Amino acid sequence: MSDHPALGTLRAHRVADAWAAFDAVRAGADGLNAFLAVDREATGLDVGPLAGVPVAIKDNLATHELPTTCGSRVLEGYMSPFEATAVRRLRDAGAAILGKTNMDEFAMGSSNENSAFGPVRNPLDRTRVPGGSSGGSAAAVAAGVVRLALGSETGGSVRQPAAFCGIVGVKPTYGRVSRYGLVAYASSLDHVGVFGRTVGDAAAGLQIIAGHDRFDATSAPHAVPEFLPPTVDGASADPRPLAGLVIGRPVEYFPASLDARIAAHCRHALTVLESLGAEIRDVSLPSTDLAIPVYYIIAPAEASSNLARYDGVRYGRRAMADDLGAMYERTRSEGFGAEVTRRILLGTYVLSAGYYDAYYRRAQAVRELIRQEFSQVFASGVHLLFTPTAPTPAFRIGEVSDPYEMYLSDIFTVTANLVGIPAMSQPIGRVDGLPIGGQFMAPHFTEPTMLRAAAALERALGAEAHQ
Amino acid sequence: MSVTSDDVRHVARLARVGLEAERVPALVAELNGILAHMDVLQQVDVSGVLHSPETPGAPLRDDTLPPDPLTRPREAFAPSARDGFFLVPRLASHGALGASAEEAS
Repeated sequence: MSDHPALGTLRAHRVADAWAAFDAVRAGADGLNAFLAVDREATGLDVGPLAGVPVAIKDNLATHELPTTCGSRVLEGYMSPFEATAVRRLRDAGAAILGKTNMDEFAMGSSNENSAFGPVRNPLDRTRVPGGSSGGSAAAVAAGVVRLALGSETGGSVRQPAAFCGIVGVKPTYGRVSRYGLVAYASSLDHVGVFGRTVGDAAAGLQIIAGHDRFDATSAPHAVPEFLPPTVDGASADPRPLAGLVIGRPVEYFPASLDARIAAHCRHALTVLESLGAEIRDVSLPSTDLAIPVYYIIAPAEASSNLARYDGVRYGRRAMADDLGAMYERTRSEGFGAEVTRRILLGTYVLSAGYYDAYYRRAQAVRELIRQEFSQVFASGVHLLFTPTAPTPAFRIGEVSDPYEMYLSDIFTVTANLVGIPAMSQPIGRVDGLPIGGQFMAPHFTEPTMLRAAAALERALGAEAHQ
Repeated sequence: MSVTSDDVRHVARLARVGLEAERVPALVAELNGILAHMDVLQQVDVSGVLHSPETPGAPLRDDTLPPDPLTRPREAFAPSARDGFFLVPRLASHGALGASAEEAS
């Protein structure tokens, strides 16, 4: 693995290059606002597959040298007593942890406007959002500060910002990467994911952080396969490297209401995949339009439980009050922002007596229905699915104010989290100068197939992916 | 189904989130706006759906753990500790308002 060209490319970008880029693009609070904390002393190791490679870490992954705030006032200044496994594996591989990146508070958002420390700006158009909730990590990569960053996903929080920022974002299979040290939002949906400028960069990052971890009860005991796509010699390259691969085009992900320009870029990508030897097959996932309602019951329900721990006693901020109940309530109302409060209340409501069966239990049943539909499609001989990543390009900061309209930003991404399958976004073109992402989804634990197809598409599209 | 102001105040109490009275009407409208989109789930036939709690190929392990690999001493997690216990500031109802953890000890 250490000799793979993708690692050589990553290692060519040194810490000094990262700080030069950081200052040039004004990645800090006076500019992109992509970072909440930085470590100007970070050097990494002299040896290892990522020796000296600067990386950025979403601020909901625990680090022991820098605070972990989750973009929330309630955790402002919080120093974790332990380190996330994914972060430790990057450090052990030699990476320099450059800083912690801004994010929607507790990963609840699709625009990065919900951070208690201000919105992140999209490096390609600073009047627009970078997507969310891992917007700071996506912006840090897109701006050229780092070539590798960690994010997290609960409903598309790596893939959607990757699409908005014109980079690659990978969400592995549930259980493939340890979540030890990832601050919990919705535990049945949370994943650690990777951003890179290219498929190879992201695959290299995934290669380092994947693998079983006894500290995560949901970590899968699977051997880690080779994620890095095979190198291709231009002269002897196979013109049909995807021969034998069946790629499904789920018709529900291409509704008549989809922006015609985004649909056109996806159609073009599918044509390119076909020219690379893949068979393109229309498939149906009929419950797709139920995914957002299901997601926005289950995720807030789990959040309402997970965030109960921020009570002013065990973590961070504590408001003074005359009695214990008032202290809890003041701490939480002062510490949480509007979206987090909204989701906690929504989650508490759908779990409360009288509503549990109508909302939560039914959502779990429909989630199972969605799982079964994916299983049936994959069992029919389809190896991968290809769809748009998001229904729009990056929107303007402040443009979307209705909560449900914002939730629809995740319409094409939440299913992979509900089902637990690997998925990724890569650039496939631009609309009005703004990047558009194409999404692959794959059966559980088949990331290598997904990354191989993505690398072939990336190579075939070339500069077209950014035009 | 829709929520009322009383529902919002009730779940806020359950969730231990303090709400100022003027925020309640807006939250009622927002939650009802969201819940209206959830009603579609009531129309789905889920009678034959059996829930499978595990991700395929990823069975849960036994709930046993080695010690956490902590990066700093346990006593450094909180402002104060004594005899292996963490000390937290007193509440006014238990003593002077704003008493420090040190005073509590």
